[in-house]
Amino acid sequence: MMKRLLSATALAALPAGALFAQDLPPCENCADSMTVVSWGGAYQNSQIKAYAEPYAEATGVTFVWDESSAEAVAKLRAQNEAGNLTWDLVDVTAADSMRLCDEGLAMEIDHDEMLAPAPDGTPASEDFAEMIVSECFIPQIVYSYTFGYRNDVAEWNGNTPDDICDVFDLEAFPGKRSLERRPHNNMEWALLCDGVAMDDVYDVLETPEGQDRALAKLDTIKDQTIWWTAGADTPQLLADGEVVFGSTYNGRLFSVIVEQNQPVSMMWDTQSFDIDGWIVPAGLSEDKLNRVMHFLRFATDTQRLADQAKYISYGPARDSSQPLVSTHAELGIEMGPHMPTNPENARNAFVQNYEWWADYRDDLDAKFQAWLAQ
Amino acid sequence: MSDAASQTGPVLSADGKPLKRSLQRALRAQKLRALALIAPLLIFILVTFIAPIADMLFRSVENQIVSDTLPRTTRALQDWDHKAGQPPSEDVFAAFTYDLVAAAERKEHTRLGTRLNYEMTGISSLFRKTGRRVDDFGETYMDQFTQVDPALERPETWMTLMAAPDWQADYAAWDAARVAANKAGRDFDQPAPLFRLKAGVAEVLPETADAYAEFARLAQTENADNPADEEPWPPVFLALYRDLIHVGPGAIGRLDDASQAILAPAHDAVETFETVDLVDLYLDADEDWQNPQVWATIQAFAPAYTPGYFLSSVDLKQTPDGVAAQPEDQRIYVMLFQRTLFMSLVIMGSCVLLGYPIAYLLSNLPMRTSNVLLILVLLPFWTSLLVRTSAWKVLLQQQGVINDVLVWMGIVADDARLVMINNQFGTIVAMTHILLPFMILPLYSVMKTIPPSYVRAAKSLGATNWTAFWRVYFPQSVPGIGAGCILVFILAIGYYITPELVGGTTGTFISNRIAYHISSSLNWGLAAALGTILLAVVLILYWLYDRIVGIDNVSLG
Repeated sequence: MMKRLLSATALAALPAGALFAQDLPPCENCADSMTVVSWGGAYQNSQIKAYAEPYAEATGVTFVWDESSAEAVAKLRAQNEAGNLTWDLVDVTAADSMRLCDEGLAMEIDHDEMLAPAPDGTPASEDFAEMIVSECFIPQIVYSYTFGYRNDVAEWNGNTPDDICDVFDLEAFPGKRSLERRPHNNMEWALLCDGVAMDDVYDVLETPEGQDRALAKLDTIKDQTIWWTAGADTPQLLADGEVVFGSTYNGRLFSVIVEQNQPVSMMWDTQSFDIDGWIVPAGLSEDKLNRVMHFLRFATDTQRLADQAKYISYGPARDSSQPLVSTHAELGIEMGPHMPTNPENARNAFVQNYEWWADYRDDLDAKFQAWLAQ
Repeated sequence: MSDAASQTGPVLSADGKPLKRSLQRALRAQKLRALALIAPLLIFILVTFIAPIADMLFRSVENQIVSDTLPRTTRALQDWDHKAGQPPSEDVFAAFTYDLVAAAERKEHTRLGTRLNYEMTGISSLFRKTGRRVDDFGETYMDQFTQVDPALERPETWMTLMAAPDWQADYAAWDAARVAANKAGRDFDQPAPLFRLKAGVAEVLPETADAYAEFARLAQTENADNPADEEPWPPVFLALYRDLIHVGPGAIGRLDDASQAILAPAHDAVETFETVDLVDLYLDADEDWQNPQVWATIQAFAPAYTPGYFLSSVDLKQTPDGVAAQPEDQRIYVMLFQRTLFMSLVIMGSCVLLGYPIAYLLSNLPMRTSNVLLILVLLPFWTSLLVRTSAWKVLLQQQGVINDVLVWMGIVADDARLVMINNQFGTIVAMTHILLPFMILPLYSVMKTIPPSYVRAAKSLGATNWTAFWRVYFPQSVPGIGAGCILVFILAIGYYITPELVGGTTGTFISNRIAYHISSSLNWGLAAALGTILLAVVLILYWLYDRIVGIDNVSLG
């Protein structure tokens, strides 16, 4: 387990730090360190830069980072069973937050009470709106699963894919694809390209015939597909030329395209939105809880969420943060056009149904894995 | 001979005690000393290894969550026959209401929903949705009761009806002690006495007493409230209605005077109450409550121990009608077990083929050269597993080093590059490389002990090179092969990182599914069952090996 200690005093002074300090109300009976769990990499870095450093600057709190978000649900359950809770704040996906809430491992949140309203006074629950997918979830960013493609494939005769169904079109766009090794999104995309309307996808997918239909569609590209499990796989495969088409998180594609200048382009059509955010483990001691809530009020306000977009191309979950999104901290490019939430990119976006997946996940996963193994 | 025949008593030692007993005593002391010496290790292994594994394996049969969360429902369902194809009676729904409202208060209903969702898709959201509403079930009756007598809404009325006087006295004493301690600034951590029912009330109003007692105790344990200050939730009024409609006026008469005075007007009025169909309330929440399959699943998984997880691990499933096979498109585990065994054997075989000549070379070269070679064997052993696996990716992928070389040499056409990774081949190559040192090292240490003079002697007696090797050298190296094979095979069978990274869809092992169920789907019961089966398979193979080859015939040098 990689832990990074971030000492507040060792930080270089941030230009804006002084500004926040006076906005922060004092924190009474609060622990002076907190263990935050996140995903590591560029994403965790964006959180450190946008939330943790300014907060540490203003309060002197020590942050301990644990890069365990991928196994957060299992580890929290184990900690709970062992009666030894070591985490204070955990970054998870929307679907995981729902499961943690179901298991009683995450605390229920009163969003209006505990989080800061928008600058114009809109209460947090309205500012986050439908991003609040479970009672325990504090949304942070919107990301998407979308496709990147090589823009130097000779066999494509200059055509560029601009439709999700081009993924399934081996004649016009030959070459290997990479898809995630789980049913989520793949089944939905397959049905959409098999002529199902976006609103009916889950109704169709609920039936065994619908599931077979989705798998039959995926069958058409099965032997041309490499199945990935880690978010870094597709960018690597695209950069190596192993695949010509691949799905992954949009932020990963951003770094391949913009930061590493690979001959890869983005296809935003039918990107599948997903949300990432915080949960507070149930059963924190009072001083730790006070500290976490104090931090969260700061870290999820309108300005902080907009600040995060300077470091990574994920859209802030608050409505009121959207106009404040500015330029990349190092590259200086405008971040707006790279956000999944950008109206131009989100024209034909798809939204996963978490509640549906919570029910069908086990069933469909068994089916999907059996299909893969055939 | 005559001596022995004449001696009738036991043999005595020098101090006059029977020799047998003194010997036993001496031996016992020795055994105890030996035990004391290994005790630290033994305790360490028991506590950190055996106990957690036993605990984890126990989860493969454990299923108390259903009967713990829904005790009344599982009892009420005992007589229900799922084969009739009808949802159960309103009594079962009432029992379920009391269970569910308590579970929702403890936030356990969604957990149970997740558990049952493994058996029947859809139960998870069914419980989640209904759990949000269930504390309103009975509101119609609550309103009507309070119309008859507004006092029925008041907590103190319910105290009079339900609470045991001695519990009230205990609670008051505890409360006084708490207040006194707070005033004095002392810590006070004595638990409050848990709510107790008044004698006799449970006989007259069984459901009400049960529902209220659950409510009162939950108020204490979940929210640290005094039940005497809390208004009961609507399902308690549902229970009161159901009780009063069933009991005659004579039964009310068996209660004490104060309770009679409270309940008499309500009892007279219940006949005229507007009724509400409890089942309809559930159907409003979700149509699926009508589905007998849901209830049959609860009934089938009511016992505290279940073979369900083990059945799932071999592509069967427990249904209300007994054991059935999984639908064909969901069968995966048997195939994965077979694949794991087969591929582990192939990896073991290729390790023997590749490792044997190297070990032979190592043990027969002069010391200085062989030491350098040994370091070359060990070097990858010291490199991170992930690095080695990723290196294989770079080598084997279609745009990788090997394919590039083959294309450059013209052996393979550019548009027909070999697929060597993300399949079984990739897993076998990468794992053979990773596990090779585990084969070479035992082989090497055994071969070191084979005196070269034996082979020379065989040759001097006229054996060809091959005969000398096969008849003289090879049999002596078999213990090393045995040790290496056991090591490699057992390590391979439980591997999951390498197959996950290079296995694609056809090269993954059963351990990948176990990891998935532990960390991703959270179906720990199934993971434990799969793990238990894997452990059993290894033990059986070990036993077979012992029977066929003999475990004495294994040597690490």
